[in-house]
Amino acid sequence: MKKEGKNSDELRPLVIKAGVIPNANGSAMVSMGKTTVYAAVYGPRKLHPKHLQMYDKAYLYCRYTMVPFSTKERARPGPSRRSTEISKVITDALKPAVFVNEFPKATIDIFIDVVQADSGTRCAAINAASVALADAGIPMKDLVCAVSAGKIDGKYWLDLTGEQEETTDCDLPVAVMPKSKKITLIQMDGSLPEKDVKEIIKLAVDGCEKIYKAQKKALEERWIGAIREDK
Amino acid sequence: MEEKAQTLLKKEREFVIPGEEIVKSMEYLPGRSCFREGESIVAKRIGVVSVENRVISVIPLNGVYAPSVGDMVIGEVVDIQGNSGWVVNIDSPNEAFLPLAGVREFVSQRADLSKIYSIGDTIYAKIHAMSGSSIYLSMHDVMARKFRDGMVIKMNPMKVPRLIGKQGSMINAIKEKTDARISVGQNGLIWVDRNFDLIKEVVGIIEKECFTEGLTDKVAKFLGEKTKAKTEEKEEKKEE
Repeated sequence: MKKEGKNSDELRPLVIKAGVIPNANGSAMVSMGKTTVYAAVYGPRKLHPKHLQMYDKAYLYCRYTMVPFSTKERARPGPSRRSTEISKVITDALKPAVFVNEFPKATIDIFIDVVQADSGTRCAAINAASVALADAGIPMKDLVCAVSAGKIDGKYWLDLTGEQEETTDCDLPVAVMPKSKKITLIQMDGSLPEKDVKEIIKLAVDGCEKIYKAQKKALEERWIGAIREDK
Repeated sequence: MEEKAQTLLKKEREFVIPGEEIVKSMEYLPGRSCFREGESIVAKRIGVVSVENRVISVIPLNGVYAPSVGDMVIGEVVDIQGNSGWVVNIDSPNEAFLPLAGVREFVSQRADLSKIYSIGDTIYAKIHAMSGSSIYLSMHDVMARKFRDGMVIKMNPMKVPRLIGKQGSMINAIKEKTDARISVGQNGLIWVDRNFDLIKEVVGIIEKECFTEGLTDKVAKFLGEKTKAKTEEKEEKKEE
């Protein structure tokens, strides 16, 4: 069965580029199908206001926004209930991977802009943010990869498109640290029996492997040019 | 020794990303930008693997300046704290503090500190001590001084060792060819008194091609051509 030109266990066409914003310390662009996301990392730098400073670790600040032209209907600029929640969820998904204790009193700022939205924006945002963090040279335990999976007409589907998301019984975004296979984010819309959920998580974790390879390739392409010349 | 080399999962000078396993053996020790997880040594940052005897470290390719005691840094005075000292921005996550004891001049009580260093001044100072996230500077060093003119160029602090070169070969070549006074801060800030554009260009080349072998010769040749063109231009003008 093929829908949207891909098999049920395949990802949408995936493009990852690192170092796309020269002003930022680290940056990345991720496009999964029709979803396109930019992430920029600044810092570690001085944190203001001062009362947020923590004497033993850095503050990880993440801001997720959808630009007005990202959706069919104009998205009102500025923070919304949804974007505030997703910002929080992304911060929590990335925090376990970052060595925040190496930069006491500082902040690491991650700005994520969704340029084109077609489902799975939080997963694309996590993928972009983790590449941008690595690109900025911030110490991390591992990259973080994320992909959503669901169930349509009794079949498990990886990386749902916008159209599919509307018809699915259940949409389940999962973020994983691929080396240790530890899950840092899991959310679920809809309801499903336990057996199905387990299968979907397994499918998503396997899908993350492919994303990890693409992330690694993107970072290599960004930096290897300088290294390879002497060989 | 060969057996040891076989256990390396990544070769020396190979590119690694955070979370990549470099070696799975207790024979080695994790160095800079690495950590031990179980039996293996894992990279913390993007960089290049370096093996020195039994210590494995990653030379980072990007990142902000991490201060360490003994470094010479360039910073801007951003605040004067009563009569106890100066707050200096050294382009690292935390600001540095230059206490009165770190100044060479004699300072009497109730003296106006802005007469020595005022807000906006650029200084070349040594990192004297660090405790927790506080950084203390000192001017008790032959090199330390206040810059009165010139310009500060910013570069990736991870590439500063390449700009200096072995025993200062690169920086000396640049100084010689451009006829400029240059002070290099370990924090990626470089003070230059003339030929700003040319030196900026050279710093860009070094940042971009930092892993090329024989870069010093390349830079020297590049500078030689540039300065030669300039002197020829001047001579032509004179002839006219």
